[in-house]
Amino acid sequence: MKPEIMDRVLLRGGIVIDPQKQTARRADVLVANGKIDAVGTNLERRTPSDVEVVDCRGKHIASGFADMHCHLREPGREDEETVASGTAAALAGGFTRVCPMPNTDPAIDTEAQIRFQIRRAAEAGFARVHPIGCCTKGRQGKELAEIGSMVEAGAVGFSDDGSPVADAQVMRRVLEYCKAFDVPVISHCEVRELVEGVANEGRVSTRLGLKAGPDVAESAQAARDVLLAEFTQARLHIAHVSARATVDVIRWAKARGVQVTAETCPHYFTLTEDALAGFDTNCKVNPPLRSEEDRRAVIAGLADGTIDVIATDHAPHLKGEKDAEFDAAPAGIIGFETAFSLGYEKLVMGEVLSLVDYIARLTVVPRRILNLPAAAITAGSEAELVVLDLKAEWTFESERVRSLSRNSPFLGWTMHGRISAALLADRLFRF
Amino acid sequence: MKLRSRHLLGIEGLGRSEILTVLDQARTFREVLDRAIPIVPALRGRTVVNLFFEASTRTATSFSLAASRLSCGCVNFSKATSSVSKGETLLDTARNIEAMGVDGIIIRHQSPGAPHFLSRHVKAFVVNAGDGAHEHPTQALLDAYTLREKLGSLDGKRVLIVGDIAHSRVARSNLLCFTKLGAKVAVCGPPTMIPPEVEEYGCEVFYRLDRIMYEVDVVNMLRVQQERITASSFPTVREYRALYGLTAERLKKLAPEVVVTHPGPVNWGVEMDFDVAGFSRALVLPQVTNGVAVRMAVLFLLAGGDAVLAES
Repeated sequence: MKPEIMDRVLLRGGIVIDPQKQTARRADVLVANGKIDAVGTNLERRTPSDVEVVDCRGKHIASGFADMHCHLREPGREDEETVASGTAAALAGGFTRVCPMPNTDPAIDTEAQIRFQIRRAAEAGFARVHPIGCCTKGRQGKELAEIGSMVEAGAVGFSDDGSPVADAQVMRRVLEYCKAFDVPVISHCEVRELVEGVANEGRVSTRLGLKAGPDVAESAQAARDVLLAEFTQARLHIAHVSARATVDVIRWAKARGVQVTAETCPHYFTLTEDALAGFDTNCKVNPPLRSEEDRRAVIAGLADGTIDVIATDHAPHLKGEKDAEFDAAPAGIIGFETAFSLGYEKLVMGEVLSLVDYIARLTVVPRRILNLPAAAITAGSEAELVVLDLKAEWTFESERVRSLSRNSPFLGWTMHGRISAALLADRLFRF
Repeated sequence: MKLRSRHLLGIEGLGRSEILTVLDQARTFREVLDRAIPIVPALRGRTVVNLFFEASTRTATSFSLAASRLSCGCVNFSKATSSVSKGETLLDTARNIEAMGVDGIIIRHQSPGAPHFLSRHVKAFVVNAGDGAHEHPTQALLDAYTLREKLGSLDGKRVLIVGDIAHSRVARSNLLCFTKLGAKVAVCGPPTMIPPEVEEYGCEVFYRLDRIMYEVDVVNMLRVQQERITASSFPTVREYRALYGLTAERLKKLAPEVVVTHPGPVNWGVEMDFDVAGFSRALVLPQVTNGVAVRMAVLFLLAGGDAVLAES
């Protein structure tokens, strides 16, 4: 995936989406030397002839998406994904900034490791990386990690992700400590003692005899954590909401004024536990795909703003690892390259969110939660733009996946809406 | 007479008529078992492998015997002596065994769906001999065979399955099988052993044994796994026996025509008192004998054996 280096690019005739102003209007965007030079109509007449014109008629232009939750597997599992391959896949999916979770091997719990991931991404030159650091040393849930040093190095949030902090006192200290840096604590809510396996406990797990975990494993921990966030007056972000009761807990907490935000992932509003019927390990994910009732509640949570953000939880695993009996297969779904299209279909075409609001959930909202640059499409800002072709229909084919892994239940799906180009400063990528 | 699927993965995929096909075929083989030389050349030249990842004596032996009574070769593979302990995956193991040339793979595995997974990756036919808490179809078929032999038909009969429904593959396969054959099934156990939404199988749920036990035609007891105590499914064996055990006292109160089944091996003194062993309507041993005939029928139908040779 090689960019064309352009001194001057004119994105001509597209509809520019600006979630901050809540507008979507036709405008040309002129980028010169990596910065947005002008946004307006008929810019072509005012630009010199050496400008590269990208025809955006019939297309939309948005600022680059930010993914709050992904796994890049470097260091440790470079066979599954590297920072370079992952950020290339992210960019092809419209994500210009991604936040990898620290459950690598070794876990990311020092400033040197934070700097390593950021440097790796800079070398690759695709999406930028803003790492999430461990909130406790080695993700052990016992002692605070060097959060302050990691913030200095560029970490934007803290989480032990797949190993939720079980000890309430430790979680309280993490929340309190993070207040010094105005960074959110991201909670993967799962009461481990309640979980025997990776399927939703319910009708389908009963039918398939699968070891399972109930939705209350998620919602009970979410309830504890929002109350701790209220008590500590700290910022909490709930990762990958999958259960109806969790949505209710967050809604209740927001009404009380708790500083809580939340994300969900496309698979939770697209699929249900019924997808497990053939023991398809590409549908094995944690938290598990849940009931239709849960899926609808997640959508309702997105609609009323209880769930703020759409993240991917891009979790690459090799085909050889997924080609196993259900219990032995690792949990996870790759998400960078399908997230936008699945959300566009289910949420925008499904009339849950307006296009502008949908784009906000991928851009300004996650950036605000993580204190990332605002990504305005205004003169003077650095160019960080994606061109969206909403009319395009395309099929997610294994051969065209840019991630090193192919573990997706959406392979073979035909979807609406795709990313046709991305512009990062003076680097133009066409897809 | 053939089955629609190349494999027997569960009762789930079988229609009522297919179940009856297996049971009818099993009756032919049941007669063979009573002969002086209980063997037919129906699958001569064929080979199956018993691929058992979980300890089992009776099911593995039953399949081995079934194969040998059909003149079919059978090799045994057990987890302990294999490369599985060296990190070999299920897929590797199965492909290696298949590469040696077998017609069928009989698999028992602790993970639900393991036989289904295998069936997508090998050319041999696959028989599920128990996959985790999912299914144990040949057990259900032999139970159905045994009950039909005793009761004539399962149509309209009331069957009660007692015990750890949540972790039992026998419970699931039996629920499906008995229901498809027209029985009215209820399950009973402590709430900690009843899986969520089990009513979807079309069964009634009871938490107290004495409220339902004396109203049924068949009592299907399940084996209690004592390790469930540490998982807090029940407090003590003593209390389990008192609440859910087929005790001598309860046995006396059963109507004379009621039959009792158990997939074995029985924990005597836990889910059933020793007195049940002498109860003439306890079908535990006939179940075992019929199991060989039913497994012969399954192997015969899946391997596409010769009907003439089956009776010769």
